[in-house]
Amino acid sequence: MHETDMTKALIMTVKDWWLAQPDKPQVSQVHLTVGKFTCVEPASLEFAFQVQTRHTFLANAELIIRETPLIAFCHPCQQEYRPEIGIQYACPICHSPMEDIRSGRELKIDRIEYNSQVESYYAPNL
Amino acid sequence: MHQTFNAALEINLLHANQAGADHNRSHFDEWGITCFNVMSSPGAGKTVLLERSLATLGAQFKIAVIEGDMTTELDADRLRQYGVPVIAINTGRSCHLDSKMVAGGIHRLAHEYNPREFELVIVENVGNLVCPAEFEVGEHAKIALLSITEGEDKPLKYPIMFQAADCLLITKMDLAPYLEVDINQIVANVRQINPYVTIIPVSAKTGEGLETWFEWVRRQIHQKSEHQLPLSISCANQ
Ligand SMILES: Nc1nc2c(ncn2[C@@H]2O[C@H](COP(=O)(O)OP(=O)(O)OP(=O)(O)O)[C@@H](O)[C@H]2O)c(=O)[nH]1
Ligand SMILES: [Zn+2]
Ligand SMILES: [Zn+2]
Ligand SMILES: [Zn+2]
Repeated sequence: MHETDMTKALIMTVKDWWLAQPDKPQVSQVHLTVGKFTCVEPASLEFAFQVQTRHTFLANAELIIRETPLIAFCHPCQQEYRPEIGIQYACPICHSPMEDIRSGRELKIDRIEYNSQVESYYAPNL
Repeated sequence: MHQTFNAALEINLLHANQAGADHNRSHFDEWGITCFNVMSSPGAGKTVLLERSLATLGAQFKIAVIEGDMTTELDADRLRQYGVPVIAINTGRSCHLDSKMVAGGIHRLAHEYNPREFELVIVENVGNLVCPAEFEVGEHAKIALLSITEGEDKPLKYPIMFQAADCLLITKMDLAPYLEVDINQIVANVRQINPYVTIIPVSAKTGEGLETWFEWVRRQIHQKSEHQLPLSISCANQ
């Protein structure tokens, strides 16, 4: 259920960008990076995106998600490790807590691909 | 002429929510209010804890509550009996409060009362262990509740909330004798992901641990008032 809300948040953020564009371009792709150590399930997010963007300025946009693994850095051991989500987060060697997360917390809109007509055209105000 | 362009955005997908949270926080800072975001799975004991907290801390501090509930005002009505302003926000089908919903509550508070009189605003989030932790509302501290009945593995299975928490209350401790739950294991699991969080076992029923919790709250409020910044913000888009 929270993917519905995540998608709302995503659409709001993209909309802020879109509204700031003078020519309100046609968005064709939204590229995201989603870490494994977030509460987002990519498949659900894609589904929610399809449903929620119907009849909006993102109606024809495709969502492309790149997932990143959970990687932590252990300071006592001076090395990276991959915590097992749901099982163990502490360092497997020295058992220090997971403190320094290097990857896996991303919830990022990387880039947007859009078509723009060079001449100005009318975009309905959504 | 049609052309394809690429805009490198590199912005958090929760950016819009984050901007709202910053807005809310600057209100709190301007008014000298400490704000807590209280989160847990459904039924962990948030409302009962707030009742006990209002009964004691209400005499020492001017408190308001922003109460998130999917559909009802049941919890809000319970808390109103303690004589504090309770602003109920129905989230509809959303499973958490976002910063915009809380902004509505804050602006109502500021409209109906003098917000500078308040020292503490407690936001009771919707019962959900997953995503309230990702949606900041402008709080200064996140309080997570985990009831002892939920088992040792929850911090491992739902780590985000436990990682984000500044204070974790392990609730319903009076039930511990009837369960096969190892509280040390809960603590160890939490410490794997959040070594510095304050952990306080409590029972709203017997009162166990509540004084420790109240003391933690008092300290947060005092620390906040020592770092007062004069601010002035506008709410043009609210
Ligand atoms: N035995 C015992 N029961 C408790 C304690 N605290 C709360 N409860 C019971 O747990 C149930 C849920 O408590 P609430 O305070 O309504 O829980 P909540 O987290 O506010 O629930 P939602 O707002 O629906 O998410 C109630 O029946 C409470 O009486 C406690 O310390 N001990
Ligand atoms: Zn959610
Ligand atoms: Zn190590
Ligand atoms: Zn405002």
